[in-house]
Amino acid sequence: MRRKDYFDAFFALLGSFLIIYIVLPIALTFTKQAEELNLFFETIQDAVVLDALKNSLLTSTATAIVSLFFGIPLGYVLARKEFKNKSLIQGIIDVPIVIPHSVVGIILLTTFPNKILDSYLGIVMAMLFVSSPFTINSARDGFLAVDDRLEQVARSLGATKLKTFLTISLPLALPSIFSGAIMTWARAMSEVGAILIIAYYPKTAQILVLEYFENFGLKASMPISVLLIAISLTLFAFLRWVVGRAKG
Amino acid sequence: MLRVDGVTKTWKEFKIEKVSFEVKRGEYFIVLGPSGAGKTLLLELIAGIHFPDGGRILMDGRGVTHLPPEKRKLSYIPQEIALFPHMKVYDNIAYGLKTKKIPKEEIKTKVKEIAEILEISHLLHRKPKTLSGGEQQRVAIARALIVEPNLILLDEPFANLDVHVKSKLLREMRVWRKKFNFTALHVTHSFEEALSLGDRVGVMLNGKLVQTGEVKQVFMNPKNEKIARFLGFENIFEGCVRGDRFVVDGISMKITGKPKAKVGVRPDSIVVSTNIPDMDNVFRGRVIAFEDLGALVRLTVKVNNVEFKAFITHTSFLEMEIKEGQEVFIGFKSSSVYCFD
Repeated sequence: MRRKDYFDAFFALLGSFLIIYIVLPIALTFTKQAEELNLFFETIQDAVVLDALKNSLLTSTATAIVSLFFGIPLGYVLARKEFKNKSLIQGIIDVPIVIPHSVVGIILLTTFPNKILDSYLGIVMAMLFVSSPFTINSARDGFLAVDDRLEQVARSLGATKLKTFLTISLPLALPSIFSGAIMTWARAMSEVGAILIIAYYPKTAQILVLEYFENFGLKASMPISVLLIAISLTLFAFLRWVVGRAKG
Repeated sequence: MLRVDGVTKTWKEFKIEKVSFEVKRGEYFIVLGPSGAGKTLLLELIAGIHFPDGGRILMDGRGVTHLPPEKRKLSYIPQEIALFPHMKVYDNIAYGLKTKKIPKEEIKTKVKEIAEILEISHLLHRKPKTLSGGEQQRVAIARALIVEPNLILLDEPFANLDVHVKSKLLREMRVWRKKFNFTALHVTHSFEEALSLGDRVGVMLNGKLVQTGEVKQVFMNPKNEKIARFLGFENIFEGCVRGDRFVVDGISMKITGKPKAKVGVRPDSIVVSTNIPDMDNVFRGRVIAFEDLGALVRLTVKVNNVEFKAFITHTSFLEMEIKEGQEVFIGFKSSSVYCFD
């Protein structure tokens, strides 16, 4: 063996630590649950659990749609226009990533005291705050990757700005935009901190896990955790596959 | 048709200064200049991608200086070709007609018709990235011509093609021109494109249009030394006129044009030989350097204290067994000596 191979092997060894660290707890939880299948089946028939799950899926999907509606125009402007304080705007978009999510809950509740407490609107707003940067940034990157010569040619051939956007820029940036929206959706599905403060009810699955853990302990919160992982991962993988196919 | 009147623009590291010229209907106008001269910026101003800082652009007498691109009735082919990658060739060509809301059947007929002429019928169902460079350029030309624009703008259309494809396209371009009778503004750094396609040419140096005229006229009579140098006059001498002769550093050459302060001779107009060539300007000199350019060899021949650059073919370079320091004769016709300021 040559020296270079040792180098590669060493890096692979170090690199696999994080992979194992992610996969191991998931696999372990699944295996443990498999030993108590009846408890799992009981849980997935529990109306409270199903209702919470429905709430989670609905609110995160709504969040992804809202983030697309506002994120696509913003991403386009960031990709195509130069203006004063552009880097400031870019910085603001990344702010949600650095604020602790409980704090996000506090500041949203401070801003909209009565409107959002314990409501679907509150859940979506909490999710949108923490997860929209994914859609905005990937929309911007998607549009940046579209050569502006294409738009110029389309315009010279008689297409208006709007028509050019709809027929050239948007279709070409769409795979990237959707990748971002999927991340937004996934991030919304996994949000707890802000929701905990703004909207304990309507009960979402991620809050229910916390409630079961606090009231009944680790074992009781496991089945619903497994269910959440399974659904999130399956949907995430499926959506990524769809977008990947569209790209290819 | 197109009138550019004192247009000025600074954008990024490029600038254009008071450029004025006119393109007549049906004319093929070439803007010739080295890279960085501002040629692309000029096209972008005419296309409406940027707007000038000063000056006016008129089409058919109508001011279009600040109109958006879609209102100018012209087609733009950028150097990048810029075919829409997510559309098949058919939809690329049909794009301009679709924006005009023309009935589907009519679009189909027109696309088929133009694809036939440009010999791309077999490519209509393909995606652009599967095409060769020459095929892509044909599609871009079809896409530009199908909307019957008042003016077609071409930015270095043949720059990225290999020699054979390029010369074939140049030939066909002349045929298509007769067929479609379009008006073109074509910017390039290639003399070949200018000579084989252009009716008139404008030479652009450092953001200024320094000379405009019929192609042959401009190539033969550059207005000044800078233009002459750009147009390939590698031998430029300053001297004085004595009757029908021009004298520089003890060398007296016969000239035919109207005498001026400087003269220029192209390196390809100079014959190099080991025997005395039969021409009205013949000098004996010494080869002081040579440079292999592939098919041609550039010789530097010193006559008295005057250095001449001359091109000879690789074959004759080998036949004459040229070495540094070798004595040779150089000759050129008096009609190959051009005078300018």
